[in-house]
Amino acid sequence: MATTTATSRATLGTSAVRPDGMPKVQGRFAFASDVWADNMLWGATLRSPHPHARIRSIDVSGALAINGVSVVITADDVPGQLTYGLITSDQPVFARDVVRYAGEPVAAVAADHPETARRALDAIRVDYEVLSPLLDAEQAIDGSFAAIHPDGNVIRNQRVIRGDQSFVGDVIVEGSYELGMQDQAFLGLEAALALPDEDGAGVELFVATQWLHEDQKQIAACLDMPLERVRITLGGVGGAFGGREDISLQVHCCLLALVTRRPIKMQYGREESFFGHIHRHPARIVMRHHADRDGTLRRVEARAVFDGGAYASTSSAVLINAVTHMQGPYRCDIATVDGYVVRTNNPPCGAMRGFGVVQACFAHESQMDKLAVACGLSPVDIRLKNAMRTGDRLITGQIVESVAPVERCIRETAALPMPAPLLDEPDALELPGGSGLTARRSNIRRGVGWGVSIKNLMYSEGFDDYATARCRLADGVVTLQFATAEVGQGFVVLAQQIARTVLGIDTVLLEPISTAIGSAGSTSASRQTWMSGGAVDGACRLVREQLFAHVGATHDVDPLRLAIDATEVIDTMGTLRVAVADAARGLVLDETFEHHHRATEELDENGQGNCHVAFAFVAHRAVVDVDPDLGLVKVVQIATAQDVGRVLNPLAALGQVEGGIAQGLGLAVMEEIVLVNGKMRNPSFTDYLLPTALDAPEVVVTMIEEPEPQAPLGAKGIGEPPCISVTPAIVAAIRDATGKALTRVPVRPQDIVFGD
Amino acid sequence: MSNEFYQLSVNGVAHEVRDAWAGESLLYVLRERLGLPGTKGACEQGECGSCTVLMDGEAVCACLVMAATAVEAEITTVEGLSSDGEPTDVQQAFVDAGGVQCGFCTPGLVVAVHHLLERTANPSELQIKEAISGNICRCTGYGRIFAAVKQARDNRLAM
Ligand code: FES
Ligand code: FES
Repeated sequence: MATTTATSRATLGTSAVRPDGMPKVQGRFAFASDVWADNMLWGATLRSPHPHARIRSIDVSGALAINGVSVVITADDVPGQLTYGLITSDQPVFARDVVRYAGEPVAAVAADHPETARRALDAIRVDYEVLSPLLDAEQAIDGSFAAIHPDGNVIRNQRVIRGDQSFVGDVIVEGSYELGMQDQAFLGLEAALALPDEDGAGVELFVATQWLHEDQKQIAACLDMPLERVRITLGGVGGAFGGREDISLQVHCCLLALVTRRPIKMQYGREESFFGHIHRHPARIVMRHHADRDGTLRRVEARAVFDGGAYASTSSAVLINAVTHMQGPYRCDIATVDGYVVRTNNPPCGAMRGFGVVQACFAHESQMDKLAVACGLSPVDIRLKNAMRTGDRLITGQIVESVAPVERCIRETAALPMPAPLLDEPDALELPGGSGLTARRSNIRRGVGWGVSIKNLMYSEGFDDYATARCRLADGVVTLQFATAEVGQGFVVLAQQIARTVLGIDTVLLEPISTAIGSAGSTSASRQTWMSGGAVDGACRLVREQLFAHVGATHDVDPLRLAIDATEVIDTMGTLRVAVADAARGLVLDETFEHHHRATEELDENGQGNCHVAFAFVAHRAVVDVDPDLGLVKVVQIATAQDVGRVLNPLAALGQVEGGIAQGLGLAVMEEIVLVNGKMRNPSFTDYLLPTALDAPEVVVTMIEEPEPQAPLGAKGIGEPPCISVTPAIVAAIRDATGKALTRVPVRPQDIVFGD
Repeated sequence: MSNEFYQLSVNGVAHEVRDAWAGESLLYVLRERLGLPGTKGACEQGECGSCTVLMDGEAVCACLVMAATAVEAEITTVEGLSSDGEPTDVQQAFVDAGGVQCGFCTPGLVVAVHHLLERTANPSELQIKEAISGNICRCTGYGRIFAAVKQARDNRLAM
């Protein structure tokens, strides 16, 4: 990627234009799939068609006999650790004796053309002894199925127990909720280019990923190389949403490059992408809420079962997010929560935007609506009555120290205008079903629903997910360096805004994003604005200190009196005023800063402990039109007020909110990976339906700006909250329109037409 | 593989394609043989619109066109929308209005929007939505893309 330049006076708080915008619209931006090298070969992966099978033998001779095929590698060719994984290393680079999900890699080839590689995969003969798959999560829990992995069938069980366990409320509501498996469906498919070092003892990788240093660690272990011999540069990333946090093709690509001693390019097609990355956990949550007659929430009981699929990925962290967010953004003193995430022969699940909280929120918000009915309150009033405030305790015993404007989120959402009523003779495109199967105007019923959520920010349970950044000021130009994965969210422009604001210098260059500097942690958990933003801010401040020391010495002023005013250094107690560009002439200042968030704790066996760093809140109101006879839904409008701390770039913030809402809409009414006997039925964009421009609702937004004292820039992460409570809000609106129970997402037409 | 060759006219330049496998899509040939990676592929089934190019002025999915059958056509890709390196009005509007996040959908969308505004000078909101409903964007939720299209439309109308 080329170093990028921007020279507008675009500081924090402005809608500064992203530096990669122009290259992207002109088709000049190099995504990972666009990089190539002379003399390169194409890599491709052979995957198991069976969800559970023993591998008796693999015969690669047929593939090697094909002209243009350089090599076929299997588990026997892995020089180092045979497995990788984000939290536990339990996933084989290639299946060796047994395959545990349909789509698991078994071998990889390198060939001179993608088509040659495809034919080579066809020519590999794998003799499988098909085993019966473990598909029912309950069987993984009750022990009735033999362990399908040496680590066992339960990945994690975590309880959260708090308060009087015999408490019975005056009002009790209960329900059982289910969520299907959602795909991140980032548009830019997995892709990488690996270049072997000449001595064969190292490799350089260009790859679309969310966390370069974690990739580096896992790849180096599998290749049996020291860390520094695996050098990673971020290839342009076409979206991520959690789906690039795990290793996909990285190790295969590097290994092929090292074995062939040639550059290897790998890129998945859409179908392979569905097999090649983890998904959002399908889940079943049974909940019982106890309240006083006036609607005061007293106790939450829940049992949650998450299907982690064949390998652990981040499952254990997803589970603790779910069990620690079961109360929602509401005060509640008593909790009885039991959560499991289990191993099955379904495709592996891990991180996706919202990370465990999406599942919990669909359940607790559905429950709040039931509670409202039982107590004779409106959906808004039941939520206002119980709204969490700063200083309240979570069911883990942790005190919410974050700014917690839950009540404001709800009230300001309610104050947003409702959409216009549906016209008497609307365009067909405005009706449920849109351009295809179209509803009749006279059948349409409109419904309104609510959802409110709490989401933790950053990593939890004692993990120090720090971020590193470097700032160099030379010749009046700032150069920033960090390993923060830019996946589309716009950190590249935020970093420039920070530097311009802190240093008063407009020209801010960005070094390539690579492992040449320390880790920035993952672009996930709504954490990069806070963490990498904090690191860039810290590095720039260190440089500014040096600049002030220099100016102070030159002009005989105490550096403590100096400040930046726009593009000048000024003496706050005197008359000195000098352009930063002049003050910095001849100087070379270079500082690196690591930002760490405050320490967190692990949960004890009762799920008690200060396990999270901070929280953000949001409210959503959905308006839908439904044709109950055809089961068709049109989401008309989403209104939302989001707790963001502080808006650093209004346009980018709005884009995050609108984008997250579309993904939550997808989960509510469209998106599901359908599994039959452990096999995906719809791994394509023809059959896995994503929201299009015609599905996009009107979105009306209020940003709640109450600066977060803990956050380096006062800003909370904004990426995840938009997609969390919008899903239950839409489902509640459909319930409102139809009177159906709708306990499962995505809501399908048959659920509306034939459901209870 | 064959030793034959064919010619493609892309962005006003004649390219010779040699030693190509007959089944290669226009998308593959543009990206991997002609050094024009601006056109993206995200589904290779005609579902996402990332690969949208103009063939004789009509918007098509390059992933569905066999390159060897495109020899008669004048092909325009995102790289060829402007000849002088300056952004087109549509490209500028996407940048200004926040229509770009990861940017993977963007080249296809930009081509589709050019196609729309060439045919329909003053498209309504619904016409805009319909015209780009074959272009999937996973990042933006489309709000800022609509804003970009309207900005480009209004600027053209004001000229
Ligand atoms: S790649 Fe051609 S439409 Fe998706
Ligand atoms: S900007 Fe990422 S898919 Fe559209």
